[in-house]
Amino acid sequence: MENKAKHFVAPFNEADFAVVDAVRVDAEPSNLWRDAWRDMRKRPMFYISGVLIVLVALIALFPTLFTNVPPNDNCLLENSSAGATDGHPLGFTRQGCDVYSRIIYGTATSLSVGLIVTLMTTLVGVFIGAIAGFYGKWVDALLSRIGDIFFSIPYILAAVVIMSVFSKYRNIWVISAAIGIFAWPSTARVLRAEILRVKNLDFVMASTAIGVSRFRILMRHVLPNSIAPVIVVTTISLAAAIVAEATLSFLGVGLPSEVMSWGNDISQAQSQLRNAPQLLIWPSLALSITVLSFIMMGEVIRDALDPKARASR
Amino acid sequence: MRINKLGLAVIAVAATVALSLTGCAASDGGNDNIVSVNGSEPQNPLISTNTNEVGGGLILDSIYAGLVYYDEAGTPVNDMAESITSADNITWDIKIKSGWKFTNGEDVTADSYVNAWQYGAKLSNAQLNSYYFDAIEGFSYDTDTELTGLSVVSPTEFTVKLSSAQSDFPLRLGYSGFYPLPQAFFDDPTGFGEHPIGNGPYKLESDSAWKHNVDITLVKNPEYNGGRKALNGGLNIVFYATLDAAYADLLSDNLDVMAGIPDAALTTFEGDLGDRAVMQGAAVFQSFTIPQRLAHFGANEEGNLRRQAIAMSIDRVQIIDKIFNGTKQPASDFTSPVIAGWSDTLAGADVLTYNPTKAKELWAAADAISPWSGSFQIAYNADGGHQGWVDAVTNSIKNTLGIDSTGAAYATFAEFRTAITDQSIATAFRTGWQADYPALANFLTPLYQSGAGANDGQYSNDQVDALFTQGNSAATLDEANKFYQSAQEILLKELPAIPMWYGVTNGGYGTKVSGVKFGWNSVPLLHSIIKQ
Amino acid sequence: MFSYILKRALQAVPVFFGTTLLIYFMVFAMPGDPIVALFGDKGVNEAVAEQLRARYHLDQPFIMQYLIYIGGIFQGDFGTSFSGQPVGAILAQTFPVTLRLATIAVFFEMVVGIGIGLVAGLRKGKLFDSSTLVVSLLLISVPIFVIGFVLQFLFAIKLGWARATVSGDATFSELILPGIVLATIGIAYIIRLTRSSVIETTGQDFVRTAYSKGLSSGRVVRFHVLRNSLIPVVTYLSIDFGILLVGATVTEGIFNVPGVGRTLYQAIIRGEGPTVVSFVTVMVLIYLVVNLLTDLLYAALDPRIRYGK
Repeated sequence: MENKAKHFVAPFNEADFAVVDAVRVDAEPSNLWRDAWRDMRKRPMFYISGVLIVLVALIALFPTLFTNVPPNDNCLLENSSAGATDGHPLGFTRQGCDVYSRIIYGTATSLSVGLIVTLMTTLVGVFIGAIAGFYGKWVDALLSRIGDIFFSIPYILAAVVIMSVFSKYRNIWVISAAIGIFAWPSTARVLRAEILRVKNLDFVMASTAIGVSRFRILMRHVLPNSIAPVIVVTTISLAAAIVAEATLSFLGVGLPSEVMSWGNDISQAQSQLRNAPQLLIWPSLALSITVLSFIMMGEVIRDALDPKARASR
Repeated sequence: MRINKLGLAVIAVAATVALSLTGCAASDGGNDNIVSVNGSEPQNPLISTNTNEVGGGLILDSIYAGLVYYDEAGTPVNDMAESITSADNITWDIKIKSGWKFTNGEDVTADSYVNAWQYGAKLSNAQLNSYYFDAIEGFSYDTDTELTGLSVVSPTEFTVKLSSAQSDFPLRLGYSGFYPLPQAFFDDPTGFGEHPIGNGPYKLESDSAWKHNVDITLVKNPEYNGGRKALNGGLNIVFYATLDAAYADLLSDNLDVMAGIPDAALTTFEGDLGDRAVMQGAAVFQSFTIPQRLAHFGANEEGNLRRQAIAMSIDRVQIIDKIFNGTKQPASDFTSPVIAGWSDTLAGADVLTYNPTKAKELWAAADAISPWSGSFQIAYNADGGHQGWVDAVTNSIKNTLGIDSTGAAYATFAEFRTAITDQSIATAFRTGWQADYPALANFLTPLYQSGAGANDGQYSNDQVDALFTQGNSAATLDEANKFYQSAQEILLKELPAIPMWYGVTNGGYGTKVSGVKFGWNSVPLLHSIIKQ
Repeated sequence: MFSYILKRALQAVPVFFGTTLLIYFMVFAMPGDPIVALFGDKGVNEAVAEQLRARYHLDQPFIMQYLIYIGGIFQGDFGTSFSGQPVGAILAQTFPVTLRLATIAVFFEMVVGIGIGLVAGLRKGKLFDSSTLVVSLLLISVPIFVIGFVLQFLFAIKLGWARATVSGDATFSELILPGIVLATIGIAYIIRLTRSSVIETTGQDFVRTAYSKGLSSGRVVRFHVLRNSLIPVVTYLSIDFGILLVGATVTEGIFNVPGVGRTLYQAIIRGEGPTVVSFVTVMVLIYLVVNLLTDLLYAALDPRIRYGK
């Protein structure tokens, strides 16, 4: 490298620059995902939300660790909507079942529905949205219009059809499919829009200019920089899916009533809203805490993926 | 340039917004003397022989006058009929009052009745109420036939010949299927269904009175001269999607009269409304049916023992108290306390009283014949608000008999009824009956006679059939009811349906109206309501 | 740009056929016979039922039913409901109401959601930011049927500030309360999306440049931060508008709004194929237009986005 600034800068020792300019071929290349992971571990919010998520997962996997009251036996009508008593800290449902135990046992169902739906819509939505936004032209037209068709199916129709056709198998998989199968276009559209913006940014142009392959640009540069809104939508969708399960129960096409789920409890509590509001509050609270932990986790991930936000701290 | 493009886009959005906002004209029909009442959008065109649900029924009952109407107690009172007589309960001679007119000016004559009934019964007209004419000679379910039993004697007299003796025939005549129809109907049945022309206490306010999915406005028919003369200026029947919405309007005094109370307000409505809350008996019978084709529930010793055990393992009183807040009455027979001939002293009625010890014994006795396995399920349609009581009933059975028992939800009424009619349903299922006319027979023969239309459990017993036939041909209603009660004593042993409870009419009214009374069929007597 | 719009219009044709076919098939696949349900609890008269099935073409195989329906549409006939009303008339009556309702809801989502989201994003990690998280969580985790009942009870019955239900005219002012209820969940999404986007944008070089140029922070926020943060927000608003058009079933039920959601739900439950398909078809067409407008709006918000090349 020839120094052309001789006329106003004193000569200097090139050796000092050599250190800076040297390319360490043995060093690992800088990696967005790894940087993000390193950054996340420095944040308290990561640990708070992580502990909460682990706790919820533990409840879902091993409900017997948290209660020894079976949720559906000994539902005595004389306890209908009664308040807390010894051994039943949150009182009883309208059918006289233990509220606390139903919430503990309902965790697995609600969490599964939320996670399955979110996973399904995110995977499909990100795949379709990324391809449509990045490749544009007829690929975009085709995928976007398919998305429009799916989006236009009212989810109640989908739920009625799916839950009726599989009426013998009303389980978490079927209800998750009913909620999720027509929900992915939202994720796809949000991501597509962000990719439309990001793919025109300078660093993408630069990558193209130095001959990086299109697919590699999408995966390494465009997608990570477009993912933030997807994370926001995804974390809220988790809650929306759990609530959608409640709405389907409310409309009569949810899970059978002997299946414990927060949604079932919330929808059954609705008719008692004025005389026993606590029946609604407890499962809603469980739902809120779960969602809060996932939203906080989403926030940490989002920040970690955004190098500029990282730098500004 | 950029800003301009942004501006263009904003204008585009604004234009769509503005387009969607047009048509929001504020108008409030402030008719003082019009009573508003809750209803639901009719599911069929407003034709009397084709309306079989409450939404359309409420309107038809207001705009038509039939031969008789039912008073508050359910007793038939002559409306257009001068007399309805028969010597043998087979041939009925019906004389009608003269001088009555449809609101389009046509005279109401014997032909108006006979032609309407012929139309309603004819198979190719596909009228939902056609079964109503099946007692009349000449009726056929399979081919197009004339009702040969109908003959016009004079403009004010016609005779009806039945295919067999029916002592309660005059009782049926107040049902909407038997209303007369003007010639205008036969000229254009489709248009008529949209703008019906009647002869009753009210008429449609105008050609656009029926605003679909919103409401229908009726005004007093000054020419009506029967016993149901309107004391108000008219009715505004508002269509609600849910009772909850109607109740919210009642509480804020937007709605004058309300039939029915939503589940969510059952605990609070008497406190909310005070002496404007209404609660009285209703001609509604609720049950669940265990078809005899199910394993362990056949028409034999084991099946009877199991059905009795289940009937005794349900704590009806407690369920009514906790789930319905007392707005039901425990059943003691297969009919309803508002119907003459109802009884709570039938032999064997103790099977409907909660008795866990006896229930366990009976179940054990059945197990000795053939051991029980599996789960006992009660199916219901999830779109009708049945989940609460079905869960409570199955819990009660589970706790008493120690067997697995749950509810089984069907997403829609259509799916539920289809499974019952084509007999593919493999569980017990909820059943219910709201009387079409206030007679004991109406709660029994359509449901438990061999091969009857609503015999959902395909129950058949020769002895019961014989008693029904005797009841139908008895000389007086009292005598007939004795036969029906004997039939019920057999039913209580074999339990073709497990009686649960009788419905209760509940409702309420606002501060602006008085004189609100509810009839035997849970419908408010709209003509007698006075609005200040 | 004109050729781009034309292309998009042409794409509506396959979408129309795809949607109608799919929906018709779903209604067809619904178990249960809608004609049986017409008879209520009273027992079915099989011969009459046969006649009715023939009248509504329900005795035909699926593809015939679909073709009969499509054939009708091309003659301007959307079919009739079981109550004998032309579906076209039901469409004309319900869609304006629901469009009004959805517009009100989207308006609230826009004003409240973007406003709060912007402030929260600019004050990341501060008290205001944390409280919006809690508030939006509340909105998300309480189902709409509960929010609806509570607000109706509070504002209409207890305080008397609004009508408890909507009258037949469904005027603008009557639709405000249901509009707010409908907007609650969307508001939560918009707050979170705006906040996230704003945080990302404020870290960008051009914002720093703008500040260092000495622009007032108000100008920076309005012209640089907000504008560059709006793409995901606009996208979500357009999606939500579509959801609100059909998804207002519960809210329309609570407030008795004579709109699309309620009517469509009834039609689904009753298995009225032509009604369901017609509603969804109109809704798809609206949605296509909204999508096109959104895509054009992207180009306006970010001039680097170009179509049609």
